[in-house]
Amino acid sequence: MLASLFTFRGGVKPASHKDESSHIPISPAPLPDLLVVPLRQSAGGAPQARVQAGQRVAKGERIGAADGEFSSAIHASTSGTVLAVEPRPLPHPSGLSAPCAVIEPDGEERWGERVPVDYASESPEALRGRLRDAGIVGLGGAAFPSHVKLRPGAAGRIETLIINGAECEPWITCDDLLMRERAEGVSRGIAVLRHIASASRVLIGIEDNKPQAIVAMRAATARMADVEVVPVPTLYPTGGEKQLIRVLTGTEMPFGRYGAEYGVQCFNVATAYSVHRAIDLGEPMLSRIVTLTGNVARPGNHEVLIGTPIDELLKLAGPKPDTDRYIMGGPMTGISLPRVDLPVIKATNCIIAANAALFPQQGPEMPCIRCGACTRACPAELQPHELYWFSRARNFVKAAEYGIFDCIECGCCAFVCPSNIRLVDYYRFSKSSIRAQEREKAAADAARQRFEFRTLREEREKAEKAARLAAKTAAGRRAVEGAGARPAAAEAATSLPPLDDEKRALIAGAVARAQAHKEGSPVEPTPPQAPVQG
Amino acid sequence: MIPALLVMAGIAVVLGAMLGYASIRFKVKGDPLVDKIDAILPQTQCGQCGFPGCKPYAQAIAKGEAEINQCPPGGEEGVRKLADLLGKEFKPLSAEHGTEKPKRVAFIDEAACIGCTLCTQACPVDAIVGAAKQMHTVIAPLCTGCELCVSPCPVDCIAMVPVQETVDTWKWKYPVVQLKLAEPA
Amino acid sequence: MSTSPHLHLPISIQALMLKVLAALLPGIAVYVWFFGAAILVQIALASAAALIGEAFMLRLRGKPAALFLADGSALVTACLIALAFPSIAPWWLTVSATLFAIVVAKHLYGGLGQNPFNPAMVAFCVAIVAFPSPMSQWPAAGFADFAAQMRIVFGGQPAPDAMTMATPLDALRTALSLPESRITVAGAVGTHPAFGAVGGKGWEWIALAYLAGGLWLLQQRVITWHVPVAFLGVLALIATGFSLGNPDRYAGPLFHLAGGGAMLGAFFIATDPVSGATTPRGKLIFAAGLALLTWVIRTFGAYPDAVAFGVLLMNVCVPLIDMGTQPPIFGRKGSQRGGGTP
Repeated sequence: MLASLFTFRGGVKPASHKDESSHIPISPAPLPDLLVVPLRQSAGGAPQARVQAGQRVAKGERIGAADGEFSSAIHASTSGTVLAVEPRPLPHPSGLSAPCAVIEPDGEERWGERVPVDYASESPEALRGRLRDAGIVGLGGAAFPSHVKLRPGAAGRIETLIINGAECEPWITCDDLLMRERAEGVSRGIAVLRHIASASRVLIGIEDNKPQAIVAMRAATARMADVEVVPVPTLYPTGGEKQLIRVLTGTEMPFGRYGAEYGVQCFNVATAYSVHRAIDLGEPMLSRIVTLTGNVARPGNHEVLIGTPIDELLKLAGPKPDTDRYIMGGPMTGISLPRVDLPVIKATNCIIAANAALFPQQGPEMPCIRCGACTRACPAELQPHELYWFSRARNFVKAAEYGIFDCIECGCCAFVCPSNIRLVDYYRFSKSSIRAQEREKAAADAARQRFEFRTLREEREKAEKAARLAAKTAAGRRAVEGAGARPAAAEAATSLPPLDDEKRALIAGAVARAQAHKEGSPVEPTPPQAPVQG
Repeated sequence: MIPALLVMAGIAVVLGAMLGYASIRFKVKGDPLVDKIDAILPQTQCGQCGFPGCKPYAQAIAKGEAEINQCPPGGEEGVRKLADLLGKEFKPLSAEHGTEKPKRVAFIDEAACIGCTLCTQACPVDAIVGAAKQMHTVIAPLCTGCELCVSPCPVDCIAMVPVQETVDTWKWKYPVVQLKLAEPA
Repeated sequence: MSTSPHLHLPISIQALMLKVLAALLPGIAVYVWFFGAAILVQIALASAAALIGEAFMLRLRGKPAALFLADGSALVTACLIALAFPSIAPWWLTVSATLFAIVVAKHLYGGLGQNPFNPAMVAFCVAIVAFPSPMSQWPAAGFADFAAQMRIVFGGQPAPDAMTMATPLDALRTALSLPESRITVAGAVGTHPAFGAVGGKGWEWIALAYLAGGLWLLQQRVITWHVPVAFLGVLALIATGFSLGNPDRYAGPLFHLAGGGAMLGAFFIATDPVSGATTPRGKLIFAAGLALLTWVIRTFGAYPDAVAFGVLLMNVCVPLIDMGTQPPIFGRKGSQRGGGTP
């Protein structure tokens, strides 16, 4: 039994709005007319496409293999034909596109080969490889490849496995329903995770506003040794990984250090469920539970195929006419979708239809009066107003010094700010600017190195050439002195061969061809991707 | 009055002596300033500043022979950093040395390339791969956008293309404060 | 496209300022009870001057005037000035001091949120140094002839002796400036007609009313406990220590806490978020420093009340205090604070 719970400073309690969608059981979403599956849906490298336009795929067939260790595979969510592999817009704040596989379902839901595995008989190494190839990523929102998280850390072992059932953001209920309806599957997934991690104990943290989920999970894990379901006080953002680890174990992790170094690791309940499906049933990650809620006629949770267009999905919920925007994710950390014809991805846990009544527009941004409300609310114990001043001044050195990368972008600071300052926007701006600067600096350093090496190389070549010249001249001179012949050979050896007419004609011909080519059919060069460094 | 003058003069002499001693005793060895300036410069090695490379420009700035606003690839950001470092006034980029352009990389039209290696020799960071009579190609991640390869090409097959943003390199914009948002109409 | 978070507490600067004004009401009510309605006129004068000054400066700086005038910060400054000044101060003194506070101390430094010095205290210091005589005309308790007070405020005549009375701190200052052997603190202030049971007839009740208002602000989480507790605590501590040592020379803790601007300062002035320290430890240091300065200037300095000078001096130290008291970050306790980049 856990002796006691720890607390973290700060946090806020927005109205939870969970009842709207929590009393309706999970229903499967119907097969959409089109699936747009982004190839890369996790942190790390982008999978290479293994299919091409026109190819028929089965349900669960791998369409993109993981690119190295820090990457995750991607699969066809249902059987059908691949129409294209092309850039399509992503549900990302930038609105940019990335390569996606566009699949037209054939309606048969025809599975490929499914190979269930007895996890107890396989090595953790092999199981981790299976998770990677099954496309298992964190479903709590960060989409971090789960097999990477299961690597043993510097300390050697993961002592405590934490399962995150907190679901602290308002409006979202997908994890709640998952725990209530599929606790058995979740517990089996926990068993697999625990085996891979060789953890001595498992703590399942569930916020106390989900009593039914707590009961269900307790029942499902009753016969598992050293697995404890721990109700935690409802406070946003208890579900943040660092905060939950702190509440359950007392360990505080800064930015840049990972759970494995402290002997803890945290996985979302939905991730655990996917692990169960992948290992026990041989089904790769093809679908997830998505909450549809907000200003809709029929809120609820649905099991949705990855790649389902969001506008089709919303028809299930029936957004009301006064909806002015859609939020993907929760109201504290979610993104306002630039358009609705974007695909559901592995990180999509919720779509909220927003209108002016539920999500009133904030007042104008006033100057900061240093009231300190943000500092009192920050769960990372930062000084948000100082970070705001530094970000505003673009003083990134100071912002980094004051811990801007420890900011988890939970939004508590902006939630309480009486001046209505969009604080998290400033931090996101600073962080991405700092990262861009780091990339540029790395590129500049590499360029300087290459330049210095090139200068060195040229000098070396010059020296070698001079040495060769000196040797030849000396040899030539010796030959002259020896045989008295004219030093025509020496001269010939030191000068370039004369341009004869043949060569001149060749070059002129090439230039003319190139000129004609250019004028005749100008070739559009495809723009290269930006160099990703660092 | 005389005693007051003597006292003030005496204080000045003592303080001056202390400062003189400190300037000798605590003198910073070496000249790290050039390295610090070079660290700020973008290492494009393009020569737009009028100097053959970034290090010579840094040396010129350190000696006071060049202004800090001569580097277009460094942009306004770079001028600000130099101004901060050297305690000088910020100046906008000097127009005669070129304007700040969005990052571009060189691209060789392979159909037109004749394999003459002139561009390979021109590239200051060895970002072009190729040998005589072999296809030349620019390694885009290594290209700094200095444009030194464009003019040597006899068949004019090198174009500068803007670098595309990806989801990885996209940056959040500086939040725009809309104070007039809620002003009553 | 809106960005996260998409939720917000129904709170605004205006709401905060209104709460501060509400918390001042008990103090103002008691003030009127003891010293007449002149204080209301002063508040009106100061408020008008503040709003006009702010509107003018906002226009000059090209900012949306309606938005900033509505936030209530100018009104709070005006009220504090009116409460810090004698209620029978001439109208031109109140108006010019308020204009100085708003135009110079607030807007010339950048407006709301940018002033390093507490504007109300800047106004007080400027007034008391430039016009010491009108600033020492304090009303007598119980004398509430409104018409007479108005004649002084607007009429331009100095107040007749019957209407004014030295405040307890004035009495203390006068007493302490006399040779030590002749006068004792108890003797000087004890027999002085202004001296009530604790800190001055009328003034002690006003101090209690400020305390009540301040406690309400604490409960409403508009201010935190650090500044009031540290200020009143350290002031009481120093006063106790010295008065136990030499009660003839040094006034006791209750006198200091109830006299002058101590209560008003503890809850309403030193807690000004813009010019004060922002870290919890920083607030404690700020308030402790303020208490020390207040006691020292009251006891040894040339002016009877010292909260204003103390506040300005501590405002100067705030950036240093903030820099040195940054609290440790989650996960980085016990090691050097330092973020680090990816």
